[in-house]
Amino acid sequence: MRHAFWLVVTLDAELAEIALRSLRVTLTALVIACVIALPLSAILAVRRFRWRRSVIAVLNALMGLPPVVVGLIVYIFLSRSGPLGALGLLFTPTAMIVAQVIIIVPLIASIAHQSLRDLWAEYHDLLISLNVSQSQKVRTLLWDSRRALLTAALAGFGRGIGEVGAIMIVGGNIDNATRVLTTAIALETGKGQFALALALGFVLIALALGVNLAIHWIGQTERDSRW
Amino acid sequence: MVTELFPLTLKDAETSRRGKRLVGPLDLTLDGQGLCVVIGPNGAGKTTLLRLMHGTARLTGGRIDWACDTAEARHHQAFVFQRPIVLRRTVEENLTYPLRLRRVAKAAARAAAEEWARRVGLHALLSHRAGTLSGGEQQKLAIARALITKPALVFLDEPTASLDGRATREIEGILQKAKADGTRLILSTHDMGQARRIGDQVVFMLGGRVHETASASAFFERATTPEARAFINGEIVE
Repeated sequence: MRHAFWLVVTLDAELAEIALRSLRVTLTALVIACVIALPLSAILAVRRFRWRRSVIAVLNALMGLPPVVVGLIVYIFLSRSGPLGALGLLFTPTAMIVAQVIIIVPLIASIAHQSLRDLWAEYHDLLISLNVSQSQKVRTLLWDSRRALLTAALAGFGRGIGEVGAIMIVGGNIDNATRVLTTAIALETGKGQFALALALGFVLIALALGVNLAIHWIGQTERDSRW
Repeated sequence: MVTELFPLTLKDAETSRRGKRLVGPLDLTLDGQGLCVVIGPNGAGKTTLLRLMHGTARLTGGRIDWACDTAEARHHQAFVFQRPIVLRRTVEENLTYPLRLRRVAKAAARAAAEEWARRVGLHALLSHRAGTLSGGEQQKLAIARALITKPALVFLDEPTASLDGRATREIEGILQKAKADGTRLILSTHDMGQARRIGDQVVFMLGGRVHETASASAFFERATTPEARAFINGEIVE
């Protein structure tokens, strides 16, 4: 345990590199996932189309998507003989980002949709009366529920940063290339290097807490007790 | 500005949901003068009539014709709801919202918001969250937000239904001022006192139909139907 603390306190170079890679991969995946999931959830809230309820049900069901299966499917697509094999993305951080995006988009979209649906019910009559366009409705809902959407994004970040199955498969846990905190913890635990594994665990927890607190601070969540 | 929209003509207009007729058939012609009050007991179809005219309720039969193109007419209208709907923003942002939708420059929108906040007595609350205002203040905000785009016509669906006497008086003052500025107002209410105080024309609804139409003075002095007379006398009319 003491050794683990020492590794963290002395900012061990290997530890720092792995932590930064974890952060880079997950934050990139989070940004891409938000760009996809937030407008999608707003559109599902304001538009009425034939399969809308089915789409929402599928989206909710996909929240429980097994990461290992996602990893396997992404692996098949990106492998040399797969349809996207020519891109040469397998065992790169990009492949890990792709897997994380697939895992966290349904989570963010489902949580965001709950908030946006409630807000749409509140705003519906006013926005219809003001004759606003679909894109204006979407923008208004996204802006006015931005704090609730931060919570959705944080849930996505939590899922992404703690993910191990999919990124182990598509990243390969290659030293100095695709090793991230979770895959490194799995590896070091397997090797019996509990000090390093624990140190990595501390960093993982600190990162998750740090990003959460930063987003809460930036979003000024709970500043106005009413909203 | 008023003459662009009126006369407004409803011919056999009706709306149904799941095969059940909610209102209609309605035959009504409104000119562009003063404040029109739609009165009637609960369930008479006042709100649905206002929504039909505004275009937010689906017309399932008959027609509604404005003096101009329907889309153009819609552009010059605003609607104030019985329960004020305020955006989860500040008072100022609520006021600038419809202007920004119409691509009014930010500075001009803010200036207009300040002016309208002053007119309705919310100037000191410009930076406050709209959701923290009282019911009366929220309704004044909703009315100011409706008037800020200088619409030719504003529909008001029982705007003072849940407010006390003081707030009601303040809102009636705002509406009288808007009327004096040339804005046509169509207001639903079941408050006979309010209808007498501010109405120029009365549309009495009963059972989903327009039962009687007259100038306010004629209606209150010599209503032609027994139901209208009973309603004026405060009797229960169904």
